[in-house]
Amino acid sequence: MNTLAFSGIVCAASFCAGFLGSLTGLGGGVVIVPLLTLVFGADIRYAIGASLVSIIATSSGAAAAYVKEGFTNIRIGMLLEIATTIGALVGASLVAVIPANVIAVIFGLVLLQSAYLASKHRPEHATANLAPDPVAARLRLDSTFPTDAGEVRYHVRHVPGGFALMWVAGVLSGLLGIGSGAVKVLAMDQVMLMPFKVSTATSNFMIGVTAAASAGIYLRRGYVVPGLAMPVMLGVLAGSMVGARLLFRMPVRKLRILFAVVIVALAIEMIYHGVAGEL
Amino acid sequence: MAAPDSSMPPPDPRLQRVVGNLLRFGVLLAAAVVLAGGIAYLARHGATIPDYRVFRGQPANLRSLGGIVRSALALDERGVVQLGLVLLIATPIARVAIAGVAFAFERDRTYVLVALLVLALLLKSLLG
Repeated sequence: MNTLAFSGIVCAASFCAGFLGSLTGLGGGVVIVPLLTLVFGADIRYAIGASLVSIIATSSGAAAAYVKEGFTNIRIGMLLEIATTIGALVGASLVAVIPANVIAVIFGLVLLQSAYLASKHRPEHATANLAPDPVAARLRLDSTFPTDAGEVRYHVRHVPGGFALMWVAGVLSGLLGIGSGAVKVLAMDQVMLMPFKVSTATSNFMIGVTAAASAGIYLRRGYVVPGLAMPVMLGVLAGSMVGARLLFRMPVRKLRILFAVVIVALAIEMIYHGVAGEL
Repeated sequence: MAAPDSSMPPPDPRLQRVVGNLLRFGVLLAAAVVLAGGIAYLARHGATIPDYRVFRGQPANLRSLGGIVRSALALDERGVVQLGLVLLIATPIARVAIAGVAFAFERDRTYVLVALLVLALLLKSLLG
């Protein structure tokens, strides 16, 4: 297969990943690394480099839309970006010392965990009537979000715990080249008890910055190959833009199940190849 | 329910528009540069056999910021693609900088510091 055919096929596969990722809200980034390593035989570090740049592209587009709708809590996002960027720098530095097989196994386990989190229904916490948390009040994190019944107030709790889990999300993002959206949302809606929509929008807002923090290190280490990053980034970006436009005309529930099955299969495949030492 | 207190000003719609447009513009500009470099790259190297199986790293002129800008200006196809990717990485960094300026206008010193810290971490990653 020559470079032209290879680029075309990688671009088409990335388009599908971006399309399904944006339709289902699970993010296309999670399938890019398994796709490039298992199907196209790329070194996992090159795959992670290409995946990171595609995540910056799609999340910036999604963040632009969410900020406009008023769900994003910019203060919380910025504050927690301290944790995710420090984590991302650590994760990106670990890639040089952790063997590719171990990265593959961690990747598989994180994929399974994300698929599980996405499938589970989580309770919403009504925090409007709770006494304000002193840390959240000091940092002025409490805010409101739009609902059908007007603006609803929410209080943010357990800021240190959320901050710590965000650091973990950053490490995983830098180590695996994923957006870590599932862990970010978990930190906000389950630890900090924020409304789900606010958590999702703020997570999207943060993903680009987190990915940019590790992408710089990847670029300087030579993990970002233009010939591979180019078709992946253009494919994922185009796919996610088309997906966002068709969102209301597609059987999203069925696609979500289909995509979750794909993710679980890729996760098992990654763990298998990692344990067998074939990566 | 209590009315929103005065210490939390509603998000400035102008700022949101600026941030939204910046993100969109940055991504589209980066994608256009990557596409241009990519077409030139495929026109020149399309018939070669790609090999990404073994990690070899990249030549210095495709890794450092200075090297990338120089090879892009010399119209090296790979350099142009890398420049597009640098523009892409720079887009969220610019967003953090703009948010910092907006917090400064609101005289919100805590969050100016937060933005500066995040900005420093991002620049450290990109510049080393």
